[in-house]
Amino acid sequence: MSRPVKQNFIRPSHIEGFPVGPQFTAGHLADTNAGWRTFRPVVNHDTCIYCLRCYLVCPDGTIFKDNGKIAVDYDYCKGCGVCAHECPKNAIEMVKEQL
Amino acid sequence: MSSANTLTRITPKNITDQEFFYGHKACAGCGGSLAVRLALKVLGERTYAAFPAGCMAAVGFIYPQMAFTNNAIITTFPGVASMASGIAVGAKALGIQNFKTVAFAGDGGTADIGLQALSGMIDRGDDVLYICYDNEAYMNTGIQKSGLTPFGTQTTTTPAGKNIHGSKTQKKNLFEIIAAHDIPYAATASIGYPQDYIDKVQKAAQVKGPAFIHVYASCPTGWGTPTETSVEIAKEAVDCGLFFLAEYENGDYRLTRNPKQFASVADYLKKQGRFKHLSDADIASIEAHRDHKWERMRRMWNHQ
Amino acid sequence: MSKKREFISGDEAVAIGVKLSRPHVIAAYPITPQTITVERLSEMVERGELNAEYMHVESEHSAISAAMGASAVGARTFTASSSQGLLYMTEGLHYASGGRFPVVMMNANRSVALPWSIYGDQRDSLSLLDSGWIQVYVEDAQEALDMMIQAFRIAEHPDVLTPMMVNLDGFILTHTYEIVEIPEQSQVDAFLPPFQTPNKMCFNNPKNMGFSSQPNDNTEFKYQQNLAVLNAVKVLEQADTDFATMFGRKYNGMVDEYQSADAEVLLVTLGSVTGTVRDVVDEMRAEGHKVGVIKIRYMRPFPEEQLQSLTAKAKAIGVLEKDISFGYEGTVYTNVNSALAKVGNTVPKLNFVGGLGGRDISKADIRNMFLKLQRVAAGEAYKTVDFFNLNVETNE
Repeated sequence: MSRPVKQNFIRPSHIEGFPVGPQFTAGHLADTNAGWRTFRPVVNHDTCIYCLRCYLVCPDGTIFKDNGKIAVDYDYCKGCGVCAHECPKNAIEMVKEQL
Repeated sequence: MSSANTLTRITPKNITDQEFFYGHKACAGCGGSLAVRLALKVLGERTYAAFPAGCMAAVGFIYPQMAFTNNAIITTFPGVASMASGIAVGAKALGIQNFKTVAFAGDGGTADIGLQALSGMIDRGDDVLYICYDNEAYMNTGIQKSGLTPFGTQTTTTPAGKNIHGSKTQKKNLFEIIAAHDIPYAATASIGYPQDYIDKVQKAAQVKGPAFIHVYASCPTGWGTPTETSVEIAKEAVDCGLFFLAEYENGDYRLTRNPKQFASVADYLKKQGRFKHLSDADIASIEAHRDHKWERMRRMWNHQ
Repeated sequence: MSKKREFISGDEAVAIGVKLSRPHVIAAYPITPQTITVERLSEMVERGELNAEYMHVESEHSAISAAMGASAVGARTFTASSSQGLLYMTEGLHYASGGRFPVVMMNANRSVALPWSIYGDQRDSLSLLDSGWIQVYVEDAQEALDMMIQAFRIAEHPDVLTPMMVNLDGFILTHTYEIVEIPEQSQVDAFLPPFQTPNKMCFNNPKNMGFSSQPNDNTEFKYQQNLAVLNAVKVLEQADTDFATMFGRKYNGMVDEYQSADAEVLLVTLGSVTGTVRDVVDEMRAEGHKVGVIKIRYMRPFPEEQLQSLTAKAKAIGVLEKDISFGYEGTVYTNVNSALAKVGNTVPKLNFVGGLGGRDISKADIRNMFLKLQRVAAGEAYKTVDFFNLNVETNE
């Protein structure tokens, strides 16, 4: 897996279940960031030229290559809009999230 | 460094799909997190990464949310370079092979409180790549002035008022302070020029010994810029000449980008809340400082 | 097998103890009176006797920081400091204990500025009792050497994983020469297993270390840290026993005593002054005085129960320490008094404060303390804190 996914974390109920000191499994995600987003990037695959500019500049690394197409991990995209702003073909639209 | 020339250039097409900094709680559009993300993708999974107390530490390691998929550690604020040194030396002493140690620190963690430890790390020749992501203030604590805050910047400790127009001092000349150690490799970069940054990280990673990259990294929260312009504004800083792209290698300085003509400083500044207050005279003085610096760099340094 | 003996200083004994413990990384910054230790270690590395990386750090802050970095990848690490240097490390001391990095440190006990003084007292390490380190205080060069070896075993024990500070009095121990028995490397190797911990950054099982905790979890980590230091009690006692079996020297764990069983008055001591007190005990015993001494070896963990039982029969107790917490009393006294108060020991307890900034504590001083304790036991009024060897008149 190239990106970590949310784990089902159960807080230890006994002190012996705690990590020994502040160290824990790398890449262990107990939470998503989706709730931060007010706009979501939506890729128009007809206009996308797969230049990978959006993949390159995403501060959260949530844009990924999916069998030759650009895809977005909406669990962790914060909706900053850098991808859409940097897209040379305006192939990404920032669409308001429906609450 | 000759081996760097024979490496396959890392580009968005061939860079690893693996993400090493993921699910973190940095602000949307954080330039620092992009600098960390790209560097780790270049360096790969056999990397120890050290972060002092600061934004990346605060957003990346909140138990039980661990945002680094590689080995990573928070260090004391002044101690990132020395702890990274200890990691590199300790791993070597244990006979561990084929790994890289990288330290990431902000402008305050590098040019102010961490400078002494960084100087020691370079002096010892420890095999550590140190990357300073410069967002020009102490952002994690709420946008206070650092040694790399430019003249005229409004921060929470350099308020812009009638009497004082923000920061009264210029940025420390960090790149040349580091180069003056005769470090094997140092470079400046900007997340506005991400391929150039990747190239420099790739080159620095080949150095067996200390290497340093000063990467300009926007902070929409601290700068008062829209989140979507984070990469663009970091590019404009370079295009208007307030930040420069350069390398120091084998004792020589080289401008890796030498704009024929600078874009407008005023346009760059006026897009940002932190500079909104600046007068025409302030801007003229910032331009004069830029011109003086560039005159010297062009005279003294190699360039095209 | 004939035993190898050398005429060496306390600093040199520390260096030999460290060498025998086979550390991977040494990171230290020079400060008087610790310097000879780091010079000798550097020479051992140069000669190839010690296969360790010696890091020339630019400060004590970086010394502890580098040591923690090396420890975080599983390396055995040593640092050494004193006084101002130890205080400059303070942030890292708390960091190392909280991070559970079992770094071992030698601290040459020295006065803390201002005024400047390179000479000994114990205000440097005692001011850091709350930093989470195990603290042991040694009495002579042999114990200094032996405790370096024990310190790695105690600190690195899986139930402990806590850094440990071995304290020896500046100049009185660091620079005084004694005949010291040098343990065999093979025996040290048998006593001290290699450092192994799952709590490290490695590439098979990557870790994120030194993380932040929310209020919901922070107390649990601190509870666990407290437990680790308490766990050290059993571990250090076992180390003491095993060390005695292998090397023939026993230090009696957290406290040692001399002639305390039937003593009417007792002095409680810390560090090298104990030797002088023993001499005075012998002299006064010969004259018929029932006096005795209890030597605290470990300040953390603290020998609460041992002190409670060893002092149970005394009619007056004095705590002799090279320390004062300004505006109150000496820290050793505070700790001892707290332990005794818990068992309702209400006999007079005096705090003899002296030996500051390298001032000699003489046999006459100690005799006067015992005599004063006898008078107090007989009902004489007293003040708790007694700056016993002031060179001037005061308004008290």
